[in-house]
Amino acid sequence: MSDLHNSKAWTRRQFLHTGLMMTSATMTIPLFLQRSASAMSMQAAGRRSVPGVPDENVLVVIQLAGGNDGLNTVVPFGDANYYRARPGIAIPEQQVLRLGSDHEVGLHPAMTGLNELYDAGLLSVVQGVGYPNPNRSHFASMDIWQTANTGGVGDGWLGRFFDNQCAGSPEADARMQSGQCGEIGIALGREAPLAMQGRQIKPIAFESPDLFRWVGADLHESLEDGYHDLTGMRAHKEGKPPATNHHAGSNAEFLTRTALDAQVASEKIRSAVARGTGANYPNTGLGRQLAMISAMIHAGLETRVYYATMGGFDTHAGQGGPQGQHANLIRQFSDAVKAFYDDLGATGHDQRVLTMSFSEFGRRVSQNGSNGTDHGTAAPMFLAGPMVRPGLLGNHPSLTDLDNGDLKFNLDFRSVYAGLLQDWLKADDREILKGSFRPARVVSSR
Amino acid sequence: MQSTTQRRTEPDTPPLPPRPSASLRRIPDSDFGYDQARHLLWRAGFGGNSSQIRALSTMGVENAVALLVDPSRSAAPSPVASDRFDANIMQPPTAEEVRRYREAQRTQNEDLIAQFRLRRQQQQRSDRRQVADLQRWWLERMIETPRPLEEKMTLFWHGHFASGYRKVENSYHLFQQNQLFRANATGNFGNLLAGIIRDPAMLGYLDNQLNRRAAPNENLAREIMELFALGEGNYSESDIKEGARALTGYAFQGNDFVFRQNLHDTGSKRLFGRSGNFDGEDFVKIILSQRACSEFIAKKLYEFFVSFVPSDRRDPAYDPIVSVIRQLARTLVQNEYDLAPVLTQLFQSEHFYEQRFIADQIKSPVQLVVGAVRSLNTPVRDLGILNDALTLMGQQLFEPPSVAGWSGGRSWINTSTLFVRQNIMTFLLTGRTPSGYDPLADVERHNASQLLDDLAQVQPGADRDAKQVASYLARFTLGPNPNPDRLRVLHEFVESTGSRVTPDTVTGMLALITAMPEYQLC
Repeated sequence: MSDLHNSKAWTRRQFLHTGLMMTSATMTIPLFLQRSASAMSMQAAGRRSVPGVPDENVLVVIQLAGGNDGLNTVVPFGDANYYRARPGIAIPEQQVLRLGSDHEVGLHPAMTGLNELYDAGLLSVVQGVGYPNPNRSHFASMDIWQTANTGGVGDGWLGRFFDNQCAGSPEADARMQSGQCGEIGIALGREAPLAMQGRQIKPIAFESPDLFRWVGADLHESLEDGYHDLTGMRAHKEGKPPATNHHAGSNAEFLTRTALDAQVASEKIRSAVARGTGANYPNTGLGRQLAMISAMIHAGLETRVYYATMGGFDTHAGQGGPQGQHANLIRQFSDAVKAFYDDLGATGHDQRVLTMSFSEFGRRVSQNGSNGTDHGTAAPMFLAGPMVRPGLLGNHPSLTDLDNGDLKFNLDFRSVYAGLLQDWLKADDREILKGSFRPARVVSSR
Repeated sequence: MQSTTQRRTEPDTPPLPPRPSASLRRIPDSDFGYDQARHLLWRAGFGGNSSQIRALSTMGVENAVALLVDPSRSAAPSPVASDRFDANIMQPPTAEEVRRYREAQRTQNEDLIAQFRLRRQQQQRSDRRQVADLQRWWLERMIETPRPLEEKMTLFWHGHFASGYRKVENSYHLFQQNQLFRANATGNFGNLLAGIIRDPAMLGYLDNQLNRRAAPNENLAREIMELFALGEGNYSESDIKEGARALTGYAFQGNDFVFRQNLHDTGSKRLFGRSGNFDGEDFVKIILSQRACSEFIAKKLYEFFVSFVPSDRRDPAYDPIVSVIRQLARTLVQNEYDLAPVLTQLFQSEHFYEQRFIADQIKSPVQLVVGAVRSLNTPVRDLGILNDALTLMGQQLFEPPSVAGWSGGRSWINTSTLFVRQNIMTFLLTGRTPSGYDPLADVERHNASQLLDDLAQVQPGADRDAKQVASYLARFTLGPNPNPDRLRVLHEFVESTGSRVTPDTVTGMLALITAMPEYQLC
C-alpha cells in the first residue's frame, strides 16, 4: 500500500508525463512564478485552457447523507471475517469489481461507473477514514465532518476557506472587490450546508435555479419590469448607476447593492443551467445536481466549491447485497459521477475539477437482526478527476481489531481536507482547519 | 452602520445625516406623530397595522411606551396548557435499564444493544418532532401576542443566553428556558442570570453537568463572563477558574435543577478581588456588582433596539451613542437591573427617534416574517413553511449558530437569503409557495381592502387615487420620505394595470414594495 502522506512515493506516473525538470522546479521557484509554471505543466499534460473561463481549480463535494455502508461499498472480499459478520448482506467474492489483481478489496458490483473511472486512473479510493471518539448520531457526526472540529462547533470548513479567500489580505480584498467572492460557493439544495457557512462569506444555495430568483415576477408581467427597476438591474444593463439617494455606507445602500448582486448572479446561474452542456445524465437527484454543476462550470462562473447532496444511506433494515436498497443507492452515486466526468472530459473542464465524496460515518461490521446495518465508524472516501492521485490509498481497516464491534479509522478526514486545501485549492490548510493535520497526498502534483 | 469614510462617496450621494443628539430626555408629544409611533411599534415590537400606528400616535409618547412596556396594560396572552408539550419525551433510562445496558455491553449481546439503540433513536426522533412543534408554537405566539415587547424581549434573551437544540437534545428543556425568558422578559436581569445558572438547557448546553469539584469545567463560567454579563477584557483567566469552582455541582436531573452538594467545591475562592466560600448565587451577585456588567447589558439592549455602535470612531454618531449607552447603564444600576425603567427611558427618548435611526435597522428573519403578518394583515398561512423560511434566512429558533447567538445586522443578508426574504413575502401576500411545496397549499386571499379603508378614514377619497395609495403604502411600509424612484416604480405598475385601485393592485404594489431593498429595514 502506498504511503498517503508522502508525496515522493507517487510522482512516478506524473513524472513520466512532465519530466523531472518541471516537478523539481516547482519546489523552489518563487510563489509568483508558480502559477505560470503550473500552467505550462498543465499544457504539457494535455490540459486545454478554455478562453474566457477562469483557471482556478474547482472542488465538488458530494455528501452521502445517512451513513453509507463502507464495507459493502469497498468490499474486503479476501477476509473471511467479512462473510462471517454479514451472512445476509455480504457481496459474494465473484461479484466484486476487483481493484487490480494485487488487492483483496473491490467495489460493489453496482459501481460499474466508478470502476471504469478507476481503471482509467481517474479515481482514488481512500480507505478507513474517520476521526477519534466517533459520534454515532447523524446530526452530531455530520457537524463534525462539516466543521472539521470533533466538537462539531464553529463555522464550516469550506466557509472558512471562503473567508480566507475573500478577506484579510490584499489579494483577498481584490478578489472581493472584483466580485469573485459573490459566487465562490454554490450548494445545490434548499439549505446551504454548515460546511459552506463562513463567518463572512455565505454560499448561494438553491434546489433549482428557477427558485434562485424573485417568484413575485410570475404574478403579473408588469411586476417583473418593476422588479428590474428596483433592484437596479435595468440601470445596470443600461450601464448607469442605480438611481437611489441612500447615504454612502448606510444599510439601505448595502441592501441595494446586494439586491443587484443577487439579480446578476441569478441571471448568470439561470442562463448557465438553461444552456447546459447537452450531455446525458441519469435522471436521479444527484445526476441532475451534477448536470447543473457541470453547466455552471462550463459557463465560467467564478465558483470554487460546489456542493451536492444525496440522501437515503441510513440502511437499518433490508439493505440487500449485490441487489437491493443499498445497491440502488450506490449505483446512482456511481453512475452520476461517471456521467459527470464524461461530460467534463468532453467540455474540456475535467482537469480543473476534483470531486470528493464523504458520508458522516460507515456502519457496523456485523449486520443487525433485520438484514440491515446500524451506525458505525470509519468508511472510505472517493476522490475523482484526472488530477487525483489514482488508486487504492491507505489501508483497509482491520475486521478483527475492532473497537466495540466497530472499525478503527486509520486516516483522519481532516488529513484529506488538509491535502485538498493545500494541493488543490492552494490555501492555508492550518489556518482554515485551525490545527495541523498531516496532509494526505491525494492530489497529483504537476 | 459601518465605517463611512472608507467607501468612496459618489458625487450625487447626500452626506450622512447630522450628528444625532445624545439626549435621553422625553420627546415632546408634539414631535411624536405617525412616523414615530410606527418606529416605536417596529422596534419595541414587530410592527403595527395602520390603525395601531394611528392609535399610538395620538396618545402621547408616555402612554404609547407604557402600553408596550407595562404588560398589565394589554390583555394577557392565552396561557400554555400544561400538556402542550411532553415533559417526559427525553426521559433518561432508569437505573435498572442502565444496569441491563452495561451488562449487554459486557457480554457483547448485540441484539440487546441494538434494542437499546433503537429505543434511544426513536426517542430522539420524537424529540426532534417536538422541537419543530415548539418552533412553530413560538412563531405563532409572536404573531398573535397582544404583548409584542414581551415576545421581542424573549427573543432578545434567546439570542443573548443562547442555547441550541443540537447540543441540548431536549426540546422540553428548551421550552422551559423559553418560559424563563418570557417570565423575566422585561423583569430583572439579575433574576435572569440567577435563573440561567439553574436552567437545565443551559447547564446541558455549556457542560455544567460535568463541572465537579474534582474536575472543574469552565465553559459556563467563561461564557457568563465573556458573553452573558461582562464582555471580553473585563475579567481575568483566574476569575474564570474561580468562578467555575463556584458553579461546581450545579446540575439537573430530569427537568429539574439539582444542587449536588458532594460535587460542589466548598473551598475558598477569589473572584474579582473578593474572597469567600462562594457558590453560584454569590458568583451572580459579584458579577452584577461589576461596573462592566451594566454597560455590557446596556450596549446589548441598545444594539438590539436602536443601532450598532459604529466601528469607526470618527463617525459623527459614535460619541452620542457611547454616551447614551453609559446613561442607560446608570439607569440599570439605579434600578438594580430592573429592565422596565431603562426600556421606558430609551423608548421615550429624543435619541431613539433621531432621523438617523428611523428605518435603518436590518430586520431579523423573525422580525421580517412576524412583522409582515402583523402589519400587513396577511393570512398566517402555513407555520411550517414560515418556520422553514426562518431556517433558510439564518434564524432557526432554538438553534442559534453558537453560544454567541445571532450576529444580526448585515450578517443576515446575502444573495441567497435576500431571495428567500423576498419570496416569503410573496408567499404571505399571495399564498404562492416559495419552493418545493404543494403549489395549491394555500389560496387564502390577502385582504388588502383593510389598508384602503384605513386610508379612506384619514383622507376621504384618497383610496381611489392610485398615486395617493402608492404614497400611503410606501410611508406605511418603508417609513418617512420614501425614495422617489421607488414611488415611480409603483406608479408605473398601477398605470400598467389600468390605474384603477383594487385590492388586487394593492396586493401587487405590496409584492413590489416587499421586494424593495428598503423593505428589509425597519
